[in-house]
Amino acid sequence: MNIADVQVVSILPQMIMLAAALAVFLADLVWKDRKGIGLLALAGALAAFAAAAGMLAGSGAPTFQHMAAADRFALVISLVVSAAAVLALLISLDYVVRVELPAGEYYGLLLLAASGMMFLGAATHLMTLFLSLEILSIALYALAGIRTTDLRSGEAAMKYFLLGAFASAFLLYGMALLYGATGSTYLAGIAAAVPQKPADPMLIGGLALLLVGFAFKVAAVPFHMWTPDVYQGAPSSVTAFMSVGAKAAGFAALVRVLVTVFPALYAWWVWPVGILAVLTMTWGNLAALAQGNVKRMLAYSSIAHAGYILVGVAAGEAGVSGVLFYLMAYALMNIGAFAVLIALERAEADAAGVELARMSGLFHRRPWLAAAMTVFMFSLAGVPPLAGFFGKLYVFSAAVRSGLMVLAIIGVINSVISAYYYLRVVARMALAGPAEEVEPARCLGLSIGTGIAALGTVLLGLYPTWLFNLVQGTLAVLFGG
Amino acid sequence: MNSAGFPLLSLIVFLPLAGALLVLVWDKRAHASIRGISLGVTLAVLALTLAAVALFRPAEAGMQWEEHLPWIPTLGISYRLGVDGFSLFLLPLTALLFVIAVLASWKPVGSDEASRSAVQGYFFWLLLLETGVLGVFLALDLVLFYVFWEAMLIPMYFLIGRWGGERRAYATVKFFIYTMAGSALMLVAILALGYFAYQSTGAWTFDWQTLRGLNLPWPAPLWLFAMFGLAFAVKVPVFPFHTWLPDAYGEAPTPVTVLLAGVLSKMGIYGFVRFGLQLFPEGLRTAAPWLAVLAIIGILYASLSALMQKDVKRVVAYSSVAHLSLVVLGVVVANAQSLAGVVMQMVSHGIYVAALFLIVGMLEERRGTRLIAEFGGLWKPAPLLGVCFLIAMLGAVGLPGLNGFVGEFLLLVGLFQSVRAYAVLGALGMILGAWYMLWTFQRIMQGPAEGRNADVPDMRGADLLVMVPLLVLIIILGVFPNLILGPAGATIDALVGQAAAVAWLP
Repeated sequence: MNIADVQVVSILPQMIMLAAALAVFLADLVWKDRKGIGLLALAGALAAFAAAAGMLAGSGAPTFQHMAAADRFALVISLVVSAAAVLALLISLDYVVRVELPAGEYYGLLLLAASGMMFLGAATHLMTLFLSLEILSIALYALAGIRTTDLRSGEAAMKYFLLGAFASAFLLYGMALLYGATGSTYLAGIAAAVPQKPADPMLIGGLALLLVGFAFKVAAVPFHMWTPDVYQGAPSSVTAFMSVGAKAAGFAALVRVLVTVFPALYAWWVWPVGILAVLTMTWGNLAALAQGNVKRMLAYSSIAHAGYILVGVAAGEAGVSGVLFYLMAYALMNIGAFAVLIALERAEADAAGVELARMSGLFHRRPWLAAAMTVFMFSLAGVPPLAGFFGKLYVFSAAVRSGLMVLAIIGVINSVISAYYYLRVVARMALAGPAEEVEPARCLGLSIGTGIAALGTVLLGLYPTWLFNLVQGTLAVLFGG
Repeated sequence: MNSAGFPLLSLIVFLPLAGALLVLVWDKRAHASIRGISLGVTLAVLALTLAAVALFRPAEAGMQWEEHLPWIPTLGISYRLGVDGFSLFLLPLTALLFVIAVLASWKPVGSDEASRSAVQGYFFWLLLLETGVLGVFLALDLVLFYVFWEAMLIPMYFLIGRWGGERRAYATVKFFIYTMAGSALMLVAILALGYFAYQSTGAWTFDWQTLRGLNLPWPAPLWLFAMFGLAFAVKVPVFPFHTWLPDAYGEAPTPVTVLLAGVLSKMGIYGFVRFGLQLFPEGLRTAAPWLAVLAIIGILYASLSALMQKDVKRVVAYSSVAHLSLVVLGVVVANAQSLAGVVMQMVSHGIYVAALFLIVGMLEERRGTRLIAEFGGLWKPAPLLGVCFLIAMLGAVGLPGLNGFVGEFLLLVGLFQSVRAYAVLGALGMILGAWYMLWTFQRIMQGPAEGRNADVPDMRGADLLVMVPLLVLIIILGVFPNLILGPAGATIDALVGQAAAVAWLP
């Protein structure tokens, strides 16, 4: 193998993220400044973001030995994940000090998870697919349990680990069947073999097991049981990051596999995915209705949003760009919502997250914080002209185009259900008088993070065009792999 | 841009938004200057809409002052505005009622100290609402229309929820969820239409003009109309989708009730014509008998409910449902007279219902209650209030010479030509309307003035300033209805032609 053929540049954003993670781990040995380490991590994530953005602006789609691709699809996922990492790091700067998390491990693991997510978005080989999934998962297991003094955090890590391991086993078994059926571990190789034996039971079985594994990872109903407890038990900044990043990466891999490898079997997988979408949207929203704890409510809402994204997945090739757009919009609004919760959280008493009552009268105490939360809630509910609305518009239009109008109808009905519980948060902030006198945290990083997220949510709503253009036609390159 | 080169319509739509942003960055303790900015902005918008009326070319039936900019080209979504004779007069109506609403909000609005002092937020949302409403009346791209239509819910949510009466939280959530649920399916219908366009032309588009030309396979027009119609029926509201209305109208502060009844309800009627009759004439035709039955039930049910209300605000609220149901009936039969009546009555109703709700607000302010039984004999201590109430009330019951008469008469003539039973039932609603209105007036204004009613203060300068423009319009439009029917004539003829082309009702 000629060293010149190994185009390391094609995985540059991932490598930057990985290098930053290692740098943080090393710096932690000699440097005890929590904030400083946080800023170091932030610089790394920003560099990865810049690299991904630069490569998107550039041309060409080199691949890394056909193990990972730097096509536009992968780069957009890198962009979403690194943007999520930047926001999560911004809102962590003060939080890590406040709730006394071990800085080196926290930031290092977060970057490591981010690099795994970005690799997953680029993976074009079963081995890279599995390895990157494990990198991100193991880092997230540890992050979920990083608050070692808190039982809930430990419980979250344990649950996440056990069910995550199950999911990995399903995936691995599915991959084995795929290899058995097609004789290749390259996605392109499998894709080439699929049309020759479309009804091979081993192939269908492998596909089904892969679907189950990914359904676990993206928290689709009925494979979601771990989600509420893990999301509630993990530190809020971790929840913010994993609800967005792990979702983006999981969906990226799922979409790449389904759309590039199994287009010939569309008729086989459209209905399972569609049914998953319906169950996920509906169950997530109905369960969220009953929650009085905002963090747990956002956990269920996150399940519901996975359902909307699954509508886009079910639309097949037509839905790819909608899924990417939705992931970006969701990253902004969901991390933003968690940022507001973090501002309201107090060290020990709130390990389980902020109760709805804590939001009371926030408009009177911190009008800008409350205004930002209002933007996130309306956007999550899908009210125009905010980012969340265009995400839904995009995936639902793809569904209509693929003849799945029933999914679009169930989707919009679910949006209405979700409006009820998002509005409850706004009502608490705006319409109720101040209840508890807890002064929300003031911290520059938190303010910047919340501000970027809110501004992004509004701007992406008023002028979604640039992102629409960015996510258009990423698929054309996929087939070239 | 447009043929004239000057983006008049964009200016009309976005001037209030600019005003809202200015209010937001203004010193929030400077209540007087915030009110001043809001008044200035709404007056400027009114002037612009009057300019649009003056520059409108009445002989043309099509869209005028069209603007077109690409917005989201990958999905064929664009920024398109335009005005025709049907939407023309909704612009000055909207602009005028917002001026009135700002004036009526000169005194602090709200039921507790915190909301009364939150002047900045109140005017921010009010101006934002104006952008939303004007956008709805002008948007010619279906997605843009939907964005304005839904975005309006946010200011409305806060205006009712923060500055409303005691049960405001309940009322505002009910309003929000009802309206959002009503319009959810409209989004799917819009996407489906875009896809139909994609199938026949190879490109997604949500351009209203292009979509009108599509040949939709039956029964697509019917179910698309049903999905759109549900959204409009909730907004008007048409029976049985009206249950949010008494709560929202009742709990909203007076200026917001004025806007809800005067302007927002017109969005539903506007939608039925612009996106029902004009996009899916066959769908409307097939659904017509069902819609007519609902509208007639609405007329009778709302009239009887109005008779039975103890709260004067609810009497006016139910009367509004009854009158608008008659307008919906006019859309359903869609002949020359009924459509002229629809155009006329949309403006007329907006004016007299605004005046009535303002009077209700003044009554409540003076006596601290809205229960009719608590009032009596107010004419003696407050004759000006009595006169204003009388004119507005007579305008509403359709006294010849006042504006309500023209619209209702045209509507009834149109109904009579198509289906006589509709005309008979519609006239029955008018008779009931005269009954509950006159009875309410009698119980409040006439008889002996006892206790606190004896020394109710009369209207003062500020009250008159709000009321007189509306009363003058009630009389002017009653005497010179051609001010509206003239410029709208060509458009109405074109609408009648479209309706006739699909063999309307017998």
